[in-house]
Amino acid sequence: MGMKSDIKLIDDNGLRIDGRLPNQLRPIKMEVGVVKRADGSAFIEWGGNKIIAAVYGPREAYPKHVQESDRAIVRARYNMAAFSVDERKRPGPDRRSVELSKVISEALTSAIFVEKFPRTAIDVYIEVLQADAGTRVAGITVASLALADAGIPMRDLVVGCAAGKVDGVVVLDLNKEEDNFGEADVPMAIMPRTGDIALLQMDGDLTYEELTNAMEMAMDAAKEIYQLEIKTLKGKYGGDNNDD
Amino acid sequence: MEEEKKVRDVVVPGEEIVVDGKPGRGVFIENGVMHSMYLGIVDVRSGYVNVIPLSGCYIPKRGDKVIGKIVDLAPMNWVVDINAPYYAPLHVNDVPWRVEFGDTGRFLGLGDVILAKVSNVNEMGQVWITLKEQGLRKLEGGHLIHISPSKVPRVIGKGGSMIQMLKDSTNCRIYVGQNGTIWISGTPDGIVKVIKAIRMIEREAHTYGLTDRVKEFLERGDE
Repeated sequence: MGMKSDIKLIDDNGLRIDGRLPNQLRPIKMEVGVVKRADGSAFIEWGGNKIIAAVYGPREAYPKHVQESDRAIVRARYNMAAFSVDERKRPGPDRRSVELSKVISEALTSAIFVEKFPRTAIDVYIEVLQADAGTRVAGITVASLALADAGIPMRDLVVGCAAGKVDGVVVLDLNKEEDNFGEADVPMAIMPRTGDIALLQMDGDLTYEELTNAMEMAMDAAKEIYQLEIKTLKGKYGGDNNDD
Repeated sequence: MEEEKKVRDVVVPGEEIVVDGKPGRGVFIENGVMHSMYLGIVDVRSGYVNVIPLSGCYIPKRGDKVIGKIVDLAPMNWVVDINAPYYAPLHVNDVPWRVEFGDTGRFLGLGDVILAKVSNVNEMGQVWITLKEQGLRKLEGGHLIHISPSKVPRVIGKGGSMIQMLKDSTNCRIYVGQNGTIWISGTPDGIVKVIKAIRMIEREAHTYGLTDRVKEFLERGDE
């Protein structure tokens, strides 16, 4: 965001740099049950993003002072691998990943029946193996799959989806170039059944109309991703799963 | 059972359940409509619609018989891991022996396995277990395996049919804890066979006609 360049992100036919239409998602592939030792896990490939999520718990929360006597706490940790980006990322938590961990925890908390497990913690580990813009929304999506796989009671699956503005056009699901050289990015987390919004951030400037437009676009796309999530979860328990 | 491997209805969290009946376990109501809480299977039993989760941890209920492992000793109690979100203390008053203060280690040591009963659970999730009842005891030797607690009823079968079949065909002693921990004792061959059968039950817990397939597996022998 913010960087000026003379790259043309939208061509004369209205197509984007990777040939997508403004309201078209990147290809998404999901899988559940990829980490055997975890209580629940999932993997997602979203365009160039490759993210793995593992869920542990609910288990007794330690240190004891973080426990809540009437509900569970959700501790998500968003972490980018050193090799996930072009230039080596210094490993460990930084300002950005601490913030993302916090907002992802809060987005997931709103979907989970936390009051069913007092004094416990539900740990969600989100590891970004390869990043290509939109990792926080892909992380939320894959984390909600892992939570469902772990048998944690939830109101709905959470779907993350981003929209933004590139070369003056409101577009869905920005890729790396669009994110770097575009004008705005609006990541959202949505519970598609009710249309509740679990996360809404905005980086860059949008007018009211543009923001509404972007949110509607993300909302529609979320329903599409939601169907994919359901298909993935049900697919695990489909007819022929003896090859375990 | 008409079909060889018919799969039960799988629902995902938040999915609407359009089945007649009263809301039971694993469902919540929003705007007068039932929704599933879990990734699980829909089960209608005596007028109640339940969703049985396909995975997840054990939620202790009073009266459940569980198999636990001693993880810590204290002067007046043992701390037992029963595979629940919380550890369960076993107080010296809840065992059939007379234990002097600070002498807990003489009766049950770290890593010992016990068959216990959940005597109380409170709303904060605290759990108390007891050994003071007939049939509850320390389990010596044997082999432990874990399965998802939601699949315990399938391993036991209707009226204990499945577990009886496993016992009869392998001559093993088997205890199934409601918390998904299973204790098996017998010949090495028998134990291996039981474990294979239980893994098969676990894998196909959501299908119909499971007892027949397990029976076939046990008769066919090793593979």
